[in-house]
Amino acid sequence: MSAALLAPDSEEEVARAVAAAAAAGEPLAIEGNGTKRALLRPVQAARTLSTRNLRGITLYRPQELVLSARAGTPLPEIEAALAEKGQHLIAEPPDTRALFGAELPATLGGVVAANLSGPRRIAWGAMRDHVLGVRFVNGAGEVIRSGGRVLKNVTGLDLCKLLTGSYGTLGVLTEITLKVLPAPESTGSLALRVADLAAGVRALSAGLGSPFGPTGAALLPQGAPAFGLEGPTAVLRIEDFAEPVAYRLGRLRDLLAPLGAPRLLDAESSRALWRMVREAGLLGATAAEAVWRVSVPPTAGPAVADALRAAFAARLLLDWGGGLVWVAGPATEAAHAAVMAAARAGGGTWTLFRAPEPLRAAVEVLPPEPPPLAAIAARVKAALDPKGVLNPGRMRAGA
Amino acid sequence: MIALPPPKPEVLARREAIVAALRAIVPGEGVISAPVELKPYETDGLTAYRQPPLAVVLPTSTGQVAAVMRYCHANGIRVVPRGAGTSLSGGALPLADAVVIGLMRMNRILEVDYDNRLAVVEAGVTNLGITAAVAERGFFYAPDPSSQLACMIGGNVMMNSGGAHCLKYGVTANNLLGVKFVTVEGEVVEIGGRHLDAAGYDWLGLITGSEGQLGIVTEVTVRILPSPEGARAMLAAFRSIEVAGAAVAAIIGSGIIPVALEFMDRPCIHACEAFAHAGYPLDAEAMLIIEVEGSEAEQDMLLGRIRAICGRFDPISLRVARTAEESAAIWKGRKGAFGAVGRISPDYLCMDGTIPTSELPRVLGRIGEMSRAYGLQVANVFHAGDGNLHPLILFDANDPESTRKAEAFGADILRLCVEVGGCLTGEHGVGVEKRDLMGVQFLPHELAQQRRIKGAFDPDWLLNPSKVFPLEGEGAAPAPAARAA
Repeated sequence: MSAALLAPDSEEEVARAVAAAAAAGEPLAIEGNGTKRALLRPVQAARTLSTRNLRGITLYRPQELVLSARAGTPLPEIEAALAEKGQHLIAEPPDTRALFGAELPATLGGVVAANLSGPRRIAWGAMRDHVLGVRFVNGAGEVIRSGGRVLKNVTGLDLCKLLTGSYGTLGVLTEITLKVLPAPESTGSLALRVADLAAGVRALSAGLGSPFGPTGAALLPQGAPAFGLEGPTAVLRIEDFAEPVAYRLGRLRDLLAPLGAPRLLDAESSRALWRMVREAGLLGATAAEAVWRVSVPPTAGPAVADALRAAFAARLLLDWGGGLVWVAGPATEAAHAAVMAAARAGGGTWTLFRAPEPLRAAVEVLPPEPPPLAAIAARVKAALDPKGVLNPGRMRAGA
Repeated sequence: MIALPPPKPEVLARREAIVAALRAIVPGEGVISAPVELKPYETDGLTAYRQPPLAVVLPTSTGQVAAVMRYCHANGIRVVPRGAGTSLSGGALPLADAVVIGLMRMNRILEVDYDNRLAVVEAGVTNLGITAAVAERGFFYAPDPSSQLACMIGGNVMMNSGGAHCLKYGVTANNLLGVKFVTVEGEVVEIGGRHLDAAGYDWLGLITGSEGQLGIVTEVTVRILPSPEGARAMLAAFRSIEVAGAAVAAIIGSGIIPVALEFMDRPCIHACEAFAHAGYPLDAEAMLIIEVEGSEAEQDMLLGRIRAICGRFDPISLRVARTAEESAAIWKGRKGAFGAVGRISPDYLCMDGTIPTSELPRVLGRIGEMSRAYGLQVANVFHAGDGNLHPLILFDANDPESTRKAEAFGADILRLCVEVGGCLTGEHGVGVEKRDLMGVQFLPHELAQQRRIKGAFDPDWLLNPSKVFPLEGEGAAPAPAARAA
């Protein structure tokens, strides 16, 4: 990374730094702890502006289900504060340290800027669904607020959602307010040994279509030998008070037994297994390999998997009922082309989640937008960042 | 009263040519221009404001919507999208020089996909119509605004509608996968799809709740959810608002998230009881309706825990439904609340601010003081779990002074909501109603930022003008006709 790192410790200084960059026409790379530098495209900027020194929880009202923190607050610090009051982050964002080989933990700002969500997304929504309010500095160096600190708010355009998942290209997030929820008292999982991926998705769909409320629905093509799960395995998680967890796991087992050999995982095994799903540890990607995330309708997941196995012996992990396909494979343009083709054929979208820099610089890391939308995107970018100084090229070449 | 921008004289002058051009796009009965037939379209759920449009066009396909948009864009004609016209904030209020694009004839359910748990529907399908279409397989569409029998999914998307059950299931934005979107230039774009989480900017999130400022939605792909095994409600009544508020905090603090948690104050309890005879306790200052879901055993467990928590707050009465019928009886009064208040007053204004729930006692106390100062009664009904307050201000629309006072009272309540850390609108939208209060919540440069984003979609400001953004002010987009006039 560039030697010139700006790490202001106040929002006003962030605003000044961005205003100065805009006046000089000098682009900035925007990051928190920089854990996701290998995600998407490399940014061409002489200087980096980090929010890592904007730290601390600024408001936490457990009984109102809201928490605000400055963007550079490390995620584990937020998770610990929530755990102390028996609450949790609803979208269960993955700890990507292992995947990216990062030492520092991700910051709240980084996780929101990337809209990263874990297995619970299938039942309780994505990060973007729980961002109640943001403060950010736009590309002109102005501090802008959107949303607020209440759970229901439709006042004005929802810039919280626009900023979430915009990877620092529309504004520098400085403070974020999230909806949080009570952490479940208990958990457990039902694992089903299935014949193949298609059978696995059928089982997950049946579980997700039942009244029993799974909060995780993954398909492990190679199982999880450390948990005694061999071969293709569908796993459904229940999280709730202890009695309903036991009851619903039983009902799910009865419902799904015809679709595969069932086994129940207790709370401890379940937590450990879902951590490996969330962090894509079960993917077993080696350091030299590329990692993609493909999102398709769940029933299209198996076809995506088959196509990629045929193309480059891809290793796979399916989450979100089969609709989120994690892919590991060679960091080549040919493999990337196969991922793009499979995602398109499945009616979905792809993200080149991790790759060596040459590949990331050479290919479309996200699907291109249709021309009318691309034109709107360019105008929206200009409306927020008129000089184009925020993370140029992070998501798309020349944007 | 709120000002509307002056009509463009050159558009008014071309009325007949415009109607003819629209008829060429949407043949048959699809274009309305006779004054008497325009009458039903001159207002929406905010009936204090009325303005017949230039014409109404009722397309039956996305292609027709796109062609109408292309024509209007090329000719500088303002456009007001409309679903069922149930907006409580005047979101569908026409302008004299605007073409209303009514989507009510686009009312087909195009596809239901149970394996992927989604439905693809046209914008004019009613909210309840989606649930009705999937109920036989045990599914439902979660957001449930109280107008759900009439309101249409396209309007729900545009206003990001909520409902009584969003504490658990979220609002419209949390239950969408994709939309078919027509730009102001008449281009058709698919946003999102049948999968979760678009890569790239969250256009779906930005469009949802944009009140027709960015484009028109003609098709919606919604998530459908399996219905719970069952649901039951209980009623808890308390001696003071403070105590009821503390009970709400204790329930949430215990780790239980009820599927609904409704609050009514004394005037609201009395109005509802007189109307519905639901057996509400008339000596209570505040009452909660709490609903939980799950198996019978789970309902028993949760209701037992909530009952025990409420028991610590010296309740006047606790009534736990044992059957679905008893549950419906508890809900009966609440569901008829607006109608009940309508019986005790010639007119009422329904406000919609949100506050941090801990501010409830202070806010209701201040609303009471304002009520006395204005000499107007108010009844409060409130989504207690998420802080979305619905004060109903009673007034007489035939008395201009009463109307003026009611609007001023409402504005004071919304200023108070913002002052205590909340917002102007939780689920009804800004529309015309709260447009001029936007400066209470946002600084001028923040509104200018929102305007620039609106302008990125709609450079000529043809889409649903006069809503959401105050007419003048720093960063206001040029309104060509306003300048000419």
